[in-house]
Amino acid sequence: MDFTPTDDRRMIADSLRRFLSDTYPIEHRNKVAYDGAFHDPDGWAGLAELGIMGALVSEDDGGFGGAGFDITTVFEEMGRKICPEPLLANLMALRLYAAFGKSERIEAIVAGSERAAFAFDESDSFGDLGEISTTFEGGKLTGRKTVVYGGQAADWILVAAKSGGKLGLYEVKASDAEVLAYPMIDGGGAAEIVLDGTPAECVAEEATDAIEAALDAGRLALCAEAVGAMDVLKEMTRDYLMQRQQFGRPIALFQALQHRLVDFSIEIEQARSIVIHAGGKFETEERALAVAKAKNLIGRAGKLVAEEAVQMHGGIGMTWEYAGSHYAKRLIMIDHQLGDTEDQLRKVMALTDISSAA
Amino acid sequence: MDLNFTPEEEAFREEVRTFLKDNLSEDLATKVRNGRELNKQDIESWHALLQTRSWLAATWPEEYGGPGWNAVQRHIFEEECAFANAPRIVPFGLGMLGPVLIKFGTEEQKKTILPRILSGEDWWCQGYSEPGAGSDLASLKTRAVRDGDDYIINGQKTWTTLGQFADKIFCLVRTSTEGKPQQGISFVLVDLKTPGIEMRPIKLIEGGFEVNEVFFTDVRVPVSNRVGEENQGWTIAKYLLGHERTNIAGVGASTEALNQLKALGRKVKRYGKPLAADPLFAARVAEVEIDLEAMRMTNLRMLFGTSDAQGSVSSMLKIKGTVIRQEINDLARRALGPAASPFPSEDVIGNYGIAPPEAAANAANYFNNRKLSIFGGSNEIQRNIIAKETFGA
Repeated sequence: MDFTPTDDRRMIADSLRRFLSDTYPIEHRNKVAYDGAFHDPDGWAGLAELGIMGALVSEDDGGFGGAGFDITTVFEEMGRKICPEPLLANLMALRLYAAFGKSERIEAIVAGSERAAFAFDESDSFGDLGEISTTFEGGKLTGRKTVVYGGQAADWILVAAKSGGKLGLYEVKASDAEVLAYPMIDGGGAAEIVLDGTPAECVAEEATDAIEAALDAGRLALCAEAVGAMDVLKEMTRDYLMQRQQFGRPIALFQALQHRLVDFSIEIEQARSIVIHAGGKFETEERALAVAKAKNLIGRAGKLVAEEAVQMHGGIGMTWEYAGSHYAKRLIMIDHQLGDTEDQLRKVMALTDISSAA
Repeated sequence: MDLNFTPEEEAFREEVRTFLKDNLSEDLATKVRNGRELNKQDIESWHALLQTRSWLAATWPEEYGGPGWNAVQRHIFEEECAFANAPRIVPFGLGMLGPVLIKFGTEEQKKTILPRILSGEDWWCQGYSEPGAGSDLASLKTRAVRDGDDYIINGQKTWTTLGQFADKIFCLVRTSTEGKPQQGISFVLVDLKTPGIEMRPIKLIEGGFEVNEVFFTDVRVPVSNRVGEENQGWTIAKYLLGHERTNIAGVGASTEALNQLKALGRKVKRYGKPLAADPLFAARVAEVEIDLEAMRMTNLRMLFGTSDAQGSVSSMLKIKGTVIRQEINDLARRALGPAASPFPSEDVIGNYGIAPPEAAANAANYFNNRKLSIFGGSNEIQRNIIAKETFGA
């Protein structure tokens, strides 16, 4: 076994870390994350220049990466700066375009000239593609998609919809749909996409497997993003405990607090490990199970780290001005994206079914 | 043992309930239920309404304009207010300064200040914490230096809740650096209009504004504004911490929040069924309900066992009460799934209909209520208090 990243991936991580540190200091991050288009278009162009979108698709499909470990490498760095760019949305869109050979779109996204988003959730369909009720008929889509990540900044919306009893994938020009944009509580943007006889292009009449695979890519990305954010929040909490003086000494000297920081540090290592596991299984038939395990553990660890970090910071951790509060928010809200700890638990239970002997 | 309230107590509950039904406007109750920020007028009008029955200052004796309730009556009142989604009574003048003046104030102070608290003429806020003095409150550094008949105050206070609405502030200030830090603290009343005071809002994690920093630069305050003796402020601060904290566990508010959580569970759908039918969700709700049931009983045991809350019992209730409330907030946030993410603006709540309006601020409220285990003596400090009593050191 060898746990060292390849040279290529290390180079991507290094250059991305430098770029994000220069481009997204926390004040700037918070400004763009809650204002305007809820991201920084110049920052997006910079990501394209670095080839970050290209790293998320395989060479055959028009990129130069695309493996599980490429996704985790990129998103761990995104998490370290809680970068609000709609990269999750474009990762899922790229995977879907790749599944159906739409090289023109891939080229445009990789070049940074266009953005896309993937609209799957509806108010009554969270976590369950079977409950989707948006329909495609006669070249038109009707339905309402909710909390579409990156939908506020997309040129194209890929829509999961039903037609003739099949779950298919359809493409809408964003300007043809009603897009109600808003910021998210942890920064970055999303939108309600209202489709009312909106003209659409059929990408695939039957797309269930491709959609599941794209969602798993998104989940893996979120897990890696959480690891990056947890690492930084841990460093911030450790520094704060060592610097904050109460009762005439740094509060880091109180054993009760030391143990709590140690406990969450252990969970962070567990989180890192399960993400490596999921990255390693991503190209195998165990993908779905490994990703569900990872996102369950990440959800639990993220909550522990976020809540404990805020608590150990005291009042400062409750303020907008303190960067740590934004990391805590991101960690909590990652659990709300693409299925929470309990959704993942259900999936793990279903896929491992301990009631039937192997 | 008899675990029932007396007929008199039940009649009192009915009286409170009827009053709330007749007087609490649906608009205001909805705002509270939906977890929206209340403005100054919302709070003031609610205070004034309660005072029409002399119910505003629940802990004050009748001679000062309070209702003269015992601990059980206060508990019933607080519970019914929570069930009705009434605004919380802002405690700084009514629950904190009032009792301090009644116990430590001069006749003159009682006569001039207490009626203005009741009438709402004076909104008080609290100046305790400082950037360098949080859990270790006794290390506070804001100085009050004697100059003739005045003190001159210099320093900074922080986490001043609703200071933006306040007219006046009660402060712990350092009047002596001799001896132990606790020995040189005094309790002083300051008019916020005094030259040299600047209040700056602090934006909180979820985007709201309810706490402030207060800066004092050469602020001149008459010595007659001191409550109690010079350097006796710590005694007053400790009295306040242990004073009549019947509501510290927030049982009523948590019970109401749990009911709302169950209603939300019936409303939102997962996997083609109401979320409430999902065993993972239902199991967690049931666990909180069990914890809350036990805490309700612990709270009642305290109420009926002693007239005043003892230090460590009220610390236990503070820890457990905040943990339970935070768990309910956690479940309420999670119940929304992806719909918890949108920043709860008016558009998102009112027009876009992403989540039921009463739940649209659930994530914001979850983040905001992380404060519960930090403020009013953090849960770590409460553990220290219990440990001290347990080990006698």
